This record gives sequence, C-alpha cells and structure tokens, in this order.
Amino acid sequence: MEDDAPVIYGLEFQARALTAQTAETDAIRFLVGTQSLKFDNQIHIIDFDDENNMINKSVLLHDAGEIWHIGGSPADKAVLTTCYNKTSESRVLTCAAVWRMPPEWESGSHESPDDSSNNPQTLELLCHLDNTAHGSVACVLWEPMGDGKRVISLAENHVLLWDLQESSSKATISSSATLEGKGQLKFTTGKWSPHHNSTQLATANDTAIRGWDLRSMSQIYCIENAHGQLVRDLDFNPNKQYYLASCGDDCKVKFWDVRHISEPVKSLEEHSHWVWSVRYNHSHDQLLLTGSSDSRVILSNMVSISSEPFGHLVDDDDLSDNEENQQEDKGKEPLQDSIIATYEEHEDSVYAVEWSAADPWLFASLSYDGRLVINRVPRALKYRILL
Amino acid sequence: MSSATTPPDSDPTQRRRVHNMLKLYYGLNEEGKATEQAESLDPCDINGPHFDPEIYLNKLRKECSLAELMDHESCMVKQIRSLDSDMQTLVYENYNKFISATDTIRKMKNDFKKMEDEMDCLSANMTAITEFSARISGTLQDQHAQITKLSGVHTLLRKLQFLFELPARLNKCLELQAYAQAVSAHRRARCVLQQYSHMPSFRGIQDDCHVIMEQLAQQLRQKFRDGGSSAKDLSECVELLLQLDEPAEELCDKFLSHAQSRLEADLQGLEAELKDSTVTDTGGASVQKTSPGSNPVSPSSSAFNPFLSPTAGTDILEFIDRGCNEFVSSLCLVIASYQELFISRPQEGELASKNIPEMANGKLHVFVDTLAARYFSLVERRIQEEKGVGDNSLLVRALDRFHRRLQAISKLLPGSAVPSQGTEIVVRAARERIKQYLSALQTFYHDSLTDVRQALAAPRLSVGGASASGGGALVGGATNKDAPPSLPELLTSLSNFILNQLKSVLASVHLFTAKDITFSNKPYFKGEFCSQGVREGLVVSFIKFICQSSRQYCESAGDRGGSTPPALLLLLSRLCLDYETSTISYILTLTDEQFLVQHHTPVTPVTALCAEAREAAQKLLNHYVKVQGLIISQMLRKSVETRDWVNTIEPRNVRAVMKRVVEDTTSIDVQVGLLYEEGVRKAHSSDSSKRTFSVYSSSRQQIRYAPSYTPSAPMDTNLLSNIHKLFSERIDIFSPVEFNKVSVLTGIIKISLKTFLECVRLRTFGRYGLQQIQVDCHYLQMYLWRFVSDENLVHFLLDEIVGSAAHRCLDPSPMEQSVIEVICERG
Repeated sequence: MEDDAPVIYGLEFQARALTAQTAETDAIRFLVGTQSLKFDNQIHIIDFDDENNMINKSVLLHDAGEIWHIGGSPADKAVLTTCYNKTSESRVLTCAAVWRMPPEWESGSHESPDDSSNNPQTLELLCHLDNTAHGSVACVLWEPMGDGKRVISLAENHVLLWDLQESSSKATISSSATLEGKGQLKFTTGKWSPHHNSTQLATANDTAIRGWDLRSMSQIYCIENAHGQLVRDLDFNPNKQYYLASCGDDCKVKFWDVRHISEPVKSLEEHSHWVWSVRYNHSHDQLLLTGSSDSRVILSNMVSISSEPFGHLVDDDDLSDNEENQQEDKGKEPLQDSIIATYEEHEDSVYAVEWSAADPWLFASLSYDGRLVINRVPRALKYRILL
Repeated sequence: MSSATTPPDSDPTQRRRVHNMLKLYYGLNEEGKATEQAESLDPCDINGPHFDPEIYLNKLRKECSLAELMDHESCMVKQIRSLDSDMQTLVYENYNKFISATDTIRKMKNDFKKMEDEMDCLSANMTAITEFSARISGTLQDQHAQITKLSGVHTLLRKLQFLFELPARLNKCLELQAYAQAVSAHRRARCVLQQYSHMPSFRGIQDDCHVIMEQLAQQLRQKFRDGGSSAKDLSECVELLLQLDEPAEELCDKFLSHAQSRLEADLQGLEAELKDSTVTDTGGASVQKTSPGSNPVSPSSSAFNPFLSPTAGTDILEFIDRGCNEFVSSLCLVIASYQELFISRPQEGELASKNIPEMANGKLHVFVDTLAARYFSLVERRIQEEKGVGDNSLLVRALDRFHRRLQAISKLLPGSAVPSQGTEIVVRAARERIKQYLSALQTFYHDSLTDVRQALAAPRLSVGGASASGGGALVGGATNKDAPPSLPELLTSLSNFILNQLKSVLASVHLFTAKDITFSNKPYFKGEFCSQGVREGLVVSFIKFICQSSRQYCESAGDRGGSTPPALLLLLSRLCLDYETSTISYILTLTDEQFLVQHHTPVTPVTALCAEAREAAQKLLNHYVKVQGLIISQMLRKSVETRDWVNTIEPRNVRAVMKRVVEDTTSIDVQVGLLYEEGVRKAHSSDSSKRTFSVYSSSRQQIRYAPSYTPSAPMDTNLLSNIHKLFSERIDIFSPVEFNKVSVLTGIIKISLKTFLECVRLRTFGRYGLQQIQVDCHYLQMYLWRFVSDENLVHFLLDEIVGSAAHRCLDPSPMEQSVIEVICERG
C-alpha cells in the first residue's frame, strides 16, 4: 500500500534525542534534538501531514550544547526540556534546562522552510535545573498527564523532583533521593509511571531496575540483574499499571510484572545488538516498538500480555451484513505474540523510537546519522485491532 | 488217484464225469448248473441226462465210417466194462461198511441194557439218603436256633460293654492325648447313645461321654489356640473338632486367625528388617560419599551403589528370599491345609448341606488378599528403598523370585488376584527402576559436567592435585600425564563416560527381559517396557535431557553474567553436535537391537532428536560467542567509559586493554580450534597486512578529511560513511554462527568492535583522546584480521570507530599514520 511507505527526513547533524510533542493532540509532531560538537545545535520540529504524506519542519536553535535527551511538556506544547552537554575548558558536563519555543516559529516555518534554516529562531530559556551539586543529568521526565509543573531529573545517582513555578521560570527541588551502594552508581534512564496518581518512578542503573515512591522518595522494588548487561530504556504499559517493559545491551526486551520481580513475564530476543529504546503504544498496549543499534526498528504484537488479550470486543449486533460477519469471524482468531514488522530504513544505530501523541498508528524512529523515519502500523493489523 | 494207475481209456475227464454223476446222484453239486444244463441239452451226449441212444446211434451211423464205427464200438465196450467194474467195486465197499455198522449197533444195544439197571439201583439209593438226611435235620433244628440267638446276644453284650467302658476309655485317651482315637470311639457310640438316651443307664453313659468329650473339645481348642503347635498338628486338631460337630465357620475363622498370627509374625520380621536396612543403608550411603571416584575404571559401581558396600544391611535378594521362604511358603501351607480341611474334603451327612466349601473359600480369599496386600506393601517399600542403581541383577533376581513364588499361590488358589497384583508390583518396580536410571544418568551427567568444570577451572600448574581430588574419575581417566587435560581430551572422555554409562544402564535394564526371568514374557515386558519404558523413557529422555540442560546453560548463564565457563559451553556445543552427527543414531540403534523394540506406539524418530541436538549445539555455540564477546566487550566498554578522553595525554603506547583484547582473542582462537574445524574464510591476498594498510589509509583519509569540515558542509563524514555502508552489507552483530572456528571468531570480534563503536559514540574526545583511539584501532587492525572470515569487516568497523571518535572530538587533529605505526610496532 502506498500509504504505508515510510517517510524519511534527513537532518544535517547526528542526533539521538527524539520525542513526540505530548501536549499536541491534533498535529502529528515530533521534536528532534541534534548532537554536534562544532556547530550550533538545533531542535527540529517535524510536522507530519498525514493527508499529503508530507513533512513540514521548523528549526529552532539550541545553542547551549549538543542534545542528549529531550522531553515535551504534557501541558504546554511550547515548553520542553533538554539535557545537553556543556563543555567548559576540559570538562564535559550534562546539564538540563526548561525551554520555551518562541511563539512565532509556527507561522514562520510554514511559509518557506528554507528561510527558517537560514535564519532560525532561538529557544527561550525558562530555567536551568541546576545540577552543579549533583553531576551530569541523564534525563528529565515530565509528570505524565500532569499540569506541566513537575519534572524529575536523574543526575548521576540522584533522583531530583522539581517544582516549576512562575510559568516554569523558576525551578526548585521539592524532594530528592539518592541511590547508595557500592561503586559508582549512575542512573542511565528512568520513566515516570502514569499510574497510581503519578506517584511512582522506575529508574535504571547498570543492570538493575528500581521502583521509587515519589511521596516518600524511597525505593519500592528493585529488579537486580534485570538484564544481562546495561539497561538502556524502560516504558510503562499505559493500560496495565504493574507492567513494565525494559531493554538493554543483552539484545533483549523484557516484560515485568513489578509485583513478581523474580522472573520476567516474557522475554524477547529479536535484535542482534543492543536495544536502545522501547515504547508501548499509548492506546493499544499490545503494540510495542523497539529500536536497536543493529539499525533496525521492530514493531511487535504482544497480545498475550496486553490489556486486550482476546482482541477488541465488538457488538456483533451492529453488523447486519452476513458477509461482513464472516470476515469478522475470521479476524476474530486470537492473535499470537509476533513480530509485525521489521523496519530496515536506517543505516546507522537507532537510538530513539517514539509513537506519535496524536495518531496512535504512527511512529517515528531516529538513527545516529540524523535520519528520521516515520512509519505506520500496517493497515491489516490496524483493522484487526480496531474491528 | 494218480494218472499212472489209471487205465489209458479212463482219462481224468472220464473219471471226473463219473464222480460228477455220483455226486449228482447224492445231491452234491459242485459245478455251476449252467454248464450242466449246456451239457445235458445235447441228446448225443452219452453222459448227459437227455441221452437218446437212437439219435446217437443214427448220428454215428450217418457220420462215421465203418472203421470208425468199429473203433467206437470197441471203445464203447471198453468203457462199459470199466464202468461195470467200478460199480462192482463201489457196491462191495459199501456192503462191508453196512455190515460193520450193524455189528456196532448190536453191541451198543447190549451195553445200554446193563446201564439202565445200574441207574435204577442208584436212584433207589439216593431216595434212601434223602430220607435219612431229612430225619437228621429234623432232630438238630432246635439246637441251631439256640446257637444263633446266643451269638446275637454275645455281640450285643460286647457293644454294651464298649458303651459302658466308653467313658473310661475316653478318659484314658484323653490322658494319653490320643484325641483321634477318642473321637472315633465317641463317634461310633454317639448314635446309639442318642437313640437309647431315654434309658437311665445309657443316659448316664451319654452324659459322662458328653462331659469327657466336652473336656476333650476344650483341650483341642486350647491346643488350637496355642501358638506353638505346628501346621500339621493344627490341621489334625481342626479335623477332629470338625468331627465333633464344631461349627465350620467358627473353625475357619479360628484357623485363619491362628494362621494369621503366625504369618503376621513373619511379616513383622520382614518389617523389622526393613527398618534395620533403611538405617544401615543411609549409613552405608554416607560412608560411600566420602570416597567418590575411588575406582576410575568403573565409577558407577562404587559411586552409585551403596548396597554393595559390606556395611549395608540385607540386600533385597535376601529380603525377598526371606519373604518367600517364610511368608509365602507358610501362606501356601496354610492355603493347602485349609483347602484340605475345609474345601476339598468329601462331604458327608449334614455337613454337606451347609455348603461349607463356598463359605470357606470366600473366607480364604479375603484372608489371603489382606495378608498379601500387607506383604506387597512391605515388598514395595523395600523395592522403593532400592535406590542404588549399580547392580540391577540383584533386584531383577529378587523380583524374579518374588514373582516365581507367587505362581505357587496362583496354582493353589486359581481365582486369586494375588499373582496379578504381584506382577503389577514387578511392573511398577521396573518402571520405577527406569526412572531411577534416568535420574541416575542425569546425575551422572551433571557430575561429569561438574568434573569437567573443575578440570577446566583447575589452575594449570597444580595439575596433580586437581586430578587427584577435584577432577576425580574423569580427569584421572583422561590423562595420566602431568599436563592438564585439554579440551578434546575432556570431550572424548566425557562423551565416552556418558556412552559407557548409558550402555551399562542398558545392560542392566536388559536383565528385566532376560529369557530365564519368569516375568519377562509378560506382555508388558515384551512391548511397553521396551518401547515406552526403555527407548522413550530412558534413552530418548536422557538425550532430550542433555539437550535441555545444555540449553539451560545458555539461558541461566546469560542473565547472571556468565556463570558457566565459556569453555564448557564450547565443549557442550561440540558434544551436542557429535550427538547429532553420530551418537544419537548409534544409541538408538543399539537400544532397538538389544530390546527388539516393536513400535506399537509412536516413538520419537531419530531425526527429531538429531534436530534437537543440533539446535542445542547451535544455541550453545551462539551463546559461547555472546559470552566471549561480552567478556571482551566489557573490557572495552569499561576502558572507554572510565577514561577522561578530553584531558588525556598524548598517546605513547597502545593501551594495555587492547593488548588484552588481542591476547584473549588469540586464546579463544586456540580454544575453539581445539574442538572445531578451521572453516572457510575469504581468500586473503598474500599481503594481507599491506592491504590492511591500504584500507586503513583510506580511513586515514577520512580522518584527515575531518579537520577540513567547513560549517557549510557538515554532512561530509556522514556522506563518506554512508557511501561506505552502501557498498558493504548490513552487519548482523549477534548472528547465528556456523560450526567452525572462523565463524565463531568473526562473531566474537564483531560483537566486541560494535561495542567499542557504541561506547565511543557516547563519549566526547579531546585531541589526544582521538589519537589514542587511532592508535588502538590500528593495533587491533594489525592483529584481528587474521581471525575473521572477511577482513573487510574488521576494517569497516574500525573505520567506523575512528570516524565516530573523530566526529565526537572537540579538536579533531589526527595523528600521523607513520607515528601510529611506530607506536604500534613498538608494542
């Protein structure tokens, strides 16, 4: 199908940071942060026009440094956080800051994309998440479905919960926790759980996954040796509150029930190198996206451990047509856990994959060479899930 | 009459004719009438009855000449004369005979007359005798009657005397304990006493007898109750009591309960032994454990059979023997005597009406069943204790004896379920045995692997100590030299040990189906035991177990960071591969031949097992690649992550970690080379090292390109590497490897270098940081190409690393190629 052909967008710079604009629910919009040591880094705002199958981009300058992580506010679509490398003299430090996009970017970009690259507008700094006391920031997490007032930053072995005040122009640490232990512990990534009134956080350091209660700022569970090697990414099942997916350098994707952490619920080993990113579809949690440094993106259908293990229930009464009924019956065969598709459009390591916030059937993946690929869930599967 | 004496005219036919005529006259007709009639019809036949002389004469006169007539006439005259003389002779002879007959008759007449007189005289005499006799018997009549009466009285008196003496006699018998005599005496008198009991004197006797017999019965019962009496005594007792009209049912019960008490004693003896043996057995086992592998030639016999040790209690054969000799034989005896007493004895009188045999038979069955059940439970407990799998023959012999002895019961008691239950026990024991063997094999396999593990872990220098204590039988058997066992040696010894163990197990199990074992011809042992039990349950399960446990090594080790030594993975992989190629089919053929397996039920085909083994081998090898790759990757990762690449000093040496990587890769190469073939690699050009240079120099160009980045062309590096990628195939980092050395090494190196690349991309480099990476990569390039199937792969990955480092460099000014070479060659 022509519509299923991937749409490819190339950035001039290498890039690792990708996020969907969470607060935007109408347009399909992704934010990409570039990594360049020598040039001014940029944030590319990628708008995907679903009807014309076209991409519109806007570029904002991010002159603070190369971007390692990016996150969009869930409340204000103009607000975002980045983690960036700041090189001063002989010291490289990863800092985090909250930014606001200039209000004009939207109008300017649509007229002529070329102009925008020539004369890009600059992000407006709202505040720094001051981390001089805590070291490099691995990532900044927005409170899921929150009002855009709370963020968590993971810096070395600290969990810092910030309150953003005065239109995000001021950030204060409301509480923090520190991971103590032998050796130099360092958080690699984390995820704020959308369940339990957003009071739980999962973090990864080395091969362990830890759960935190944000009210008491204490650890609630710890999956030691969740992966054979470094854990690279985590994601919460949006519909099942205790389910968690993780991926790591052992090429595996594992699914955990945090109530029974001794064994993973399921384990996949489809990639041939480190898995850098794992994402549940926001609406249909059987759809799972993984990106790996083997340059592949894999879309899997994990029906058996999803919130709809028997498929979507449809009222048969609505369908009066016999023929349609028969087709329906065919489609009703329980779906097996399977790989839906392997996307091989990338030629370098894929470090980030992300579902669109607006269209649940659309996702983007970003490889190191700056190639952003937008793909869709195959239609056959989409209809099977919907019908 | 001979022809010589006959005159010439009277030829034989002539004489015959004469005879015939005589015979005819006397009605003796020998010849057929037809011929006679044919002869007689001719009137010219001179001898025929219808002879007409006129016709004859006319005929002659018409037919014959004168001379002939003359001759005929003379012949006729001659014949007539001879006939006349014949007639005369006959008449004369007969006359003489008449005369003598007349004389004889006359003589007889005289004799009879004399005899008649004598007979008259005799009859007169007889009359006289009869008369006398009648007279005598008349006189003797009275006396005779008297004598008869007297003799009757005498008998009666004797009977009475018997009766009167009966109490005394019974008493005496009682004293002498001649119970049988007493009972028979009483039996004889009983009816009479019963009949005349209305007479006071008889009544007295009867009462006396009753009292005595009561006493006697009491004594008999007492004796019956006493445990000490033998079975024979007992049966006698029962017989007597039965004759004394004791109720048969009660007797049955008593008899059985008595027998039961004795049999229970036997059973308790067995049970006590059972308890003893458990205690001593565990003791024996613990003793055994202290000296494992003391006998390297046959580790099974010493390490797996605690029952052979002298400290152990009675072995199972003894136990079963005792059970057979004591319990089963006395049970048989009881059954036999019981049957004799209650069932098969001829029924007489009122006993017949009570239908004793049926009742007794029922009781017997219940009795036998309950006792046998207890016996069986004991035997089963004993069999279950038989955990040691070293010597199966003992168990088989014990089971055989057990089974054989039960056949006796089946003969004695045709309807009993006991023998079939016994067979079931045997079958269960066999099944259990197979399970035990399987688990023993599994344990053995694990132990062997542990030995291998220890042998692998054993430090190379203290070899003697390792093989003596830790390595045990495996290592000891593998090498007698001072050198540590090498991988191939370990492999062959491991697979030999497993194979031998399997063979010995098969041989042991084979005992169950030996011809001289009674139960071997049961359908279970002919069919299911062989196919489902041995082939599927033992051999196939074991092979599957090997594959499965091998696979488990892959899974568990991966998560816990390589707890399995990689060499073991390699070894197991080779083992599984060997199994796939030859061992499995060999083992299964061996099994099928030994057990003549007839596949009534579907069995696992060889191909399925082979596929499983191959899968396991592949998985193990993949895992080996992963583990080894991981070890090297970790080294590289740590080395990249922990260094401050921005503030590093100018490189003077290749970093030690790179040397380590090359060393490790070389040792892996050696290790894999021991077990796997070389494999195909893309042909090297003769000057491979030179070519590395040329390829590397292209990457150097790329690096040189780096400083010439202009702000307007930031994509140039990307372009270069992208073009490169266009022409090289996509690299699967963790891809399945083939079963050869080059493929394995390629996999490991790919993983390591990819890790290096990813780590470099996460860091930021200063000028000297980049240069250090350049040096390191060049060093790797110098040494790693020789291990892989396609050297371009190494070149490509190293170029990527250097390119990425250049890209992540704050001050990308690369080192001169010549300087790099000097540093690398310096080491």
